[in-house]
Amino acid sequence: MSEHLLDVDDLYVEFRTRDGVAEAINGVSYTLDAGETLAVLGESGSGKSVTAQTIMGILDMPPGFITGGRILYNGKDLLTMPESERQKIRGAEIAMIFQDSLSALNPVFTVGDQIAEMFQVHRGMSKKEGMAKAVDLMEQVRIPAAKDRVKDYPHQFSGGMRQRIMIAMAISLDPKVLIADEPTTALDVTVQAQIMDLLKDLQRERNMGMILITHDLGVVAGVADKIAVMYAGRIVESANVWDLYAKPAHPYTQGLLDSMPRVDSKGEELYAIKGLPPSLLALPPGCNFNPRCPHRRERCVREVPPTEEVAENHTAACFFWKEVARG
Amino acid sequence: MGRYTIRRLLQMIPVVIGTTFIIYAMVWALPGDPFVGKCGDRPCPASYIAEMRAKFNLDDSLPVQYGKYLWNLLQGNFGESFSGRTVWSEITQAFPVTFRLALIAIIIEIVIGITAGVLAALNRGGFWDNLILVTTLIVISIPVFVIGFLAQFTFGIKLGWFPPTVGPNATVYELILPAFVLASLSLAYVARLMRGNLAENLRADYVRTATSKGLSRRRVIGRHAVRNSLIPVVTFIGADFGALLGGAIVTEGIFNIRGIGGLLYLSIRTREGATVVGVVTVLVLVFLLVNLLVDILYGAIDPRIRYE
Amino acid sequence: MSDPNASVSAAAPETVETETYRGSSLPPEPTADKPRSLWSDAWRELRSSKIFILSGILIFVFLIMTFFPSLLTFGKDPYTCDLTLSRQGPSSTAWFGYDNNGCDVYTRTIYGAKASILVGVFATAFTMLVGGFIGVIAGFFGGWVDSILSRLTDIFFGIPLLLGGILVLSSFPASDSTNLYGEVGKVVLALGILGWTSMTRIMRSSVIQVRNADFVIAARALGASSGRIIRKHVVPNSLAPLIVVATISLGGYIGAEATLSFLGLGLQPPVISWGTMINDAQPYIRVAPFMLFFPAIFLSVAVLSFIMLGDAVREALDPKLR
Repeated sequence: MSEHLLDVDDLYVEFRTRDGVAEAINGVSYTLDAGETLAVLGESGSGKSVTAQTIMGILDMPPGFITGGRILYNGKDLLTMPESERQKIRGAEIAMIFQDSLSALNPVFTVGDQIAEMFQVHRGMSKKEGMAKAVDLMEQVRIPAAKDRVKDYPHQFSGGMRQRIMIAMAISLDPKVLIADEPTTALDVTVQAQIMDLLKDLQRERNMGMILITHDLGVVAGVADKIAVMYAGRIVESANVWDLYAKPAHPYTQGLLDSMPRVDSKGEELYAIKGLPPSLLALPPGCNFNPRCPHRRERCVREVPPTEEVAENHTAACFFWKEVARG
Repeated sequence: MGRYTIRRLLQMIPVVIGTTFIIYAMVWALPGDPFVGKCGDRPCPASYIAEMRAKFNLDDSLPVQYGKYLWNLLQGNFGESFSGRTVWSEITQAFPVTFRLALIAIIIEIVIGITAGVLAALNRGGFWDNLILVTTLIVISIPVFVIGFLAQFTFGIKLGWFPPTVGPNATVYELILPAFVLASLSLAYVARLMRGNLAENLRADYVRTATSKGLSRRRVIGRHAVRNSLIPVVTFIGADFGALLGGAIVTEGIFNIRGIGGLLYLSIRTREGATVVGVVTVLVLVFLLVNLLVDILYGAIDPRIRYE
Repeated sequence: MSDPNASVSAAAPETVETETYRGSSLPPEPTADKPRSLWSDAWRELRSSKIFILSGILIFVFLIMTFFPSLLTFGKDPYTCDLTLSRQGPSSTAWFGYDNNGCDVYTRTIYGAKASILVGVFATAFTMLVGGFIGVIAGFFGGWVDSILSRLTDIFFGIPLLLGGILVLSSFPASDSTNLYGEVGKVVLALGILGWTSMTRIMRSSVIQVRNADFVIAARALGASSGRIIRKHVVPNSLAPLIVVATISLGGYIGAEATLSFLGLGLQPPVISWGTMINDAQPYIRVAPFMLFFPAIFLSVAVLSFIMLGDAVREALDPKLR
């Protein structure tokens, strides 16, 4: 089996807090190849961001602790790598963009300065050379009048423009992997589409592997190649994008799809999955989803369902996936 | 940036006028006889009173009085003490020493205060953090003059490391102990403020971004976090300057420094009304000026303010 | 997506229900809690804070010193002095020694608490009321009212507290009144004339934040008058930062009184305060340091306890630290 670009293998992460141990990630595995887009879908608290932060190595440890698993980048385990080596990879080969561009950018430095910093730190360039590169990058992410705006500050830009600046910073050194953590959640719908288009174009041009973290099914459809659905720190279903939408095999996925309002359901009551996501400090026994699952049985409370293969490249963690696929 | 400066300058003018008016009113316009206690322990002779009334325009209405006073001020005439010397000459003679004292104090305040704050924030919850927290709390609680006496007693008299009082030359070495005392309160506040700010900024989103850019921890903290944390500290140092001025009075009194503070201290004790008003006015003007400079500096280092 | 108001149902049966909604078993409804507010939360947190308890105990002791000093001095009064005992050091009969006039330093220190603490309390109350009131008006009504009041605040703010206190007190004729409350009132006024500015600024910014809150707009939409809105909605919600600053300022005012007394301007004899004691002891620091240091220690501890209290209150009231 050829090596994947990025291989998250059975990762376990917990947070030790005053109120107890929160099991944030429980045996998560996914892979990413060059040019591929993996969408990680889930609600708040599902562990999708924590996984990304663990890959980047920016998790707060303590209170976070990695208690198991490996993260292989080009075959080498990031978790056992010395920090100095990891720092070289961070930002230069694996880059990340965040949801709230206003708070994610440093308010007291110009945008040019912040982009140029990448070149200064990783490539040893001078400030002037870095700024020139910054202008170039800002043009690549389609910011108009880049030369004039390179000395402006983050708060002088609109939300969409700021997000482009973050993207420019992230792709500046031609990373192999780009992790986008809810990049469009804070933006208007029209701007959302522009940003997603931009990301898709950049990915294609540079053959980057992209991990798109989101809770929005609509954003995922046009962009992702494959999807991993996360719930309470586990991947409950993973499939190619078309298979997931057409033949979901996990009750949670089914619930998510059902709760999307559709044009032809006019006049009917909107469906919502009953209940709330569980507290990570006290996960329900057995299958974490069981308190909210319409298909729930005795077995679900007693045993943790293993990840079963539903079809080719399609797995689901449910004992009764056949019922879900049928219904 | 220029417009911002001019705006601030213009805003300052009514404040200066208002403040000096209030000072003036407090001294000369309060009900009661303004000459009580101004000639030592004896009541002032009638001729003297008449002369002073004329000189200080006390027979005019308050606004006119004040107007004449302001006019005099602008010409550099701060009046005369009852002993005959001009207040202005007394001030200019005393100023250099206080300036040196204040300068050393501010340097101490900034260097030690910020360093302590950074250390505490980086060591959150640890030994250094707690030590700095407790120490600063104690320093804040003990009034400046108590610290002054303590320092004078311990380091000046008992240990003899520094001279307990400052001689007429007021060399830098002699001024170190009083400068430390003067800086102590502000230092404690600066350390706490820096600690709080840095601790908060270290949890900020942009620090996470900076880390994910692959910057070294030192660069993330030293360049990104500290820069943001310094901003409120700078404003504080400006605002706190007033307390520094107040503290100077006490410190100079204890260490027998013949600076502005000492001048004020002496004039208070001998009830030299004109000198008191003159010195306080000068100090207030300096305070307002420093605030203005700090405001401008703030605009220079925090780009968000400049463009509002 | 999820419906938090879903009702509880019994454990799911073995068979699948035909409708997808029902049959889901959910965690039981939380039992009805007592209504939680910022204040009750804060109080709960305060009760477990060591700093709060420590400062509380200290303040309690100081309050005893203020109102029942004889309890702590075993009936001795501070005015009976014996010149022959002048400047004698601490002993088993006089724990803190004797001052220049042969008065028992310990007794005077205990009795000295009253004036110092009263100045602190009244100055704080004064500045809170005056400053708070102005701050509410400026913050709530905005516009030209705010402009004028803010200018006024800036002007008064331009005079540092100590300088202003010096000015006011050195301008007052040397009064013959030896009445405790008269003296205290004089110093309170001197400090209050300038001290209100910091309260105003805090109250104002607090009020500005609150007045834009949705619940205030809602109250207005329901027809509540400005007065009512201020009383019932704005003030209770803006109070928190003010209380923190007030507590800390209390300590500051005690210190300020001492400083003014040290300069000879504050409380005048025969009123006893820690500041006046320190002032009197000044010339004898080399020969009889205990005369100065015992009241200084009491003074510092008093200031410390209020500042600690303020810190504890701030931690408890800070929603960000939750």
